[in-house]
Amino acid sequence: MPPRIAPKIVFDKVTRRFDLKDNAFVALDRLSLDIADGEFVTVVGPSGCGKSTALNIAAGLLKPSEGTVLVDGKAVEGPGPERGMIFQQYALFPWLTVRQNVEFGLRIKGEEASRRRQIAERFIDLVGLGDFADALPKTLSGGMKQRCAIARAYAVDPSILLMDEPFGALDALTRVQLQDQLLDTWSRERRTVMFITHDVDEAVYLANRVIVMAARPGRLKEIIDVGLPYPRTEEIRLSVEFMSIRNRVWQAVYHQ
Amino acid sequence: MSEASKTTRSGGGSNEDRGIDYRGLALNLCGLVAGIAIGWVLTAGGAVGLPPPPQVASRFIDLIANGQLATDIMSSLARVMTGFLLGVILAIPVGFVMGWYKVARSLIEPYLQFFRMIPPLAIIPLAIVTMGIDETPKVFVIFLASFLASVVATYQGVISVDKTMINAARVLGAKDMTIFLRVIIPASTPFILVGVRIGLGSAWATLVAAELIAAQTGLGFRMQQAQLYYDLPTIFVSLITIGLLGLAMDRILLVIERRLTVWQERV
Repeated sequence: MPPRIAPKIVFDKVTRRFDLKDNAFVALDRLSLDIADGEFVTVVGPSGCGKSTALNIAAGLLKPSEGTVLVDGKAVEGPGPERGMIFQQYALFPWLTVRQNVEFGLRIKGEEASRRRQIAERFIDLVGLGDFADALPKTLSGGMKQRCAIARAYAVDPSILLMDEPFGALDALTRVQLQDQLLDTWSRERRTVMFITHDVDEAVYLANRVIVMAARPGRLKEIIDVGLPYPRTEEIRLSVEFMSIRNRVWQAVYHQ
Repeated sequence: MSEASKTTRSGGGSNEDRGIDYRGLALNLCGLVAGIAIGWVLTAGGAVGLPPPPQVASRFIDLIANGQLATDIMSSLARVMTGFLLGVILAIPVGFVMGWYKVARSLIEPYLQFFRMIPPLAIIPLAIVTMGIDETPKVFVIFLASFLASVVATYQGVISVDKTMINAARVLGAKDMTIFLRVIIPASTPFILVGVRIGLGSAWATLVAAELIAAQTGLGFRMQQAQLYYDLPTIFVSLITIGLLGLAMDRILLVIERRLTVWQERV
């Protein structure tokens, strides 16, 4: 863990209620959490624990009912390009090619064409889609779509990546490959990552710290330090240390 | 890739690299020839009281030669195009406004749902009384028919744009205007084009019926005249022309639609 500096993201007693017809339902109850700059944090918990709600509030797509989220000490008011987001359903623009998708945010930023192309090229190569730069999303597999979405998020140079079960829709093998690739990308292009998942193995494998949440109402249950070194390898995945941390997280998630 | 090897039913022709389905075309042709032959046999004996194909064909040639068919086609097409284009041009912005602003939707929707239930032809008596008997009432009902079909499709298209895609644009820094131009418009294009095609079909159907009731030229009018003189070949010539023109216009729109939506995943 980096030395004690101001945290990158601060959840300060963040509460979110949804008013349904008859009953108000508390999706997130006074979540307080600090995430350090450059840290990789995963969030696990049963459905209804408010993990996606927390992520959407940090993204600025959802307003908290009470409390605030601070990014670099400033309260989040809405979405912003310094916080990139990756969705489970990829959310690529199907009428744009891989390159045009990756350039989308750069275009909004007002980057000129040659510079856009140069940046897009770099991130397309980084996620290994170089041969598919001019392909439409419909021709890509699920894993390739998600890699394109990751390149698109990276291209606008966010300091934070918010990932909402990004590998949840992929098969087990592709998922493992993308986990390794994500860690590889993250080690070269260091960002603060908040990664939602319901897969305990994934949570432990990727993270510096695993945030375990509980449901009804959605709240913080436990924070578990992983403490395994990077780069993470298959050896680590199969190690006794990994298993014991994994078991701790499992206990925290499933015996609430 | 499994995409290319997947066999889909004909009529789609969705995948560009699938090639032409010669077998299907040959069967189409066989069906047509067989149909004409059966018609010929049935009518030759005078069994059903309809004109045999050669008689219809020679009338076709007569009507082309004396220029009447061309005049009728031109006046019918002019009407349908005017009404259709006006309808679509108005429908697309109205549909977008309805899809984008809830207030506008709530204000406009009752009218839309109500008028959708009135067949455009039922407006003709009112249109003739208020607009006279020249081109205006006909163009107006065609306009109404294509407008109603396209506006509903457009706003359905706008409201069914995937919210995650809008959020994706938002987190990449897009503001409302950019989202509208770069996400909503392209994402709803397939819906709009389907609406436009339905609109054209509905415009064409309305046109012919309107000409049957009130016109001095056009394919519908020609049939109406032929009916008075028991001129069956001319009725057939008109019917075939109406069908062919409708088919041609629909195919042209289909090609445009495919061009503009190649990015769509088709199952």
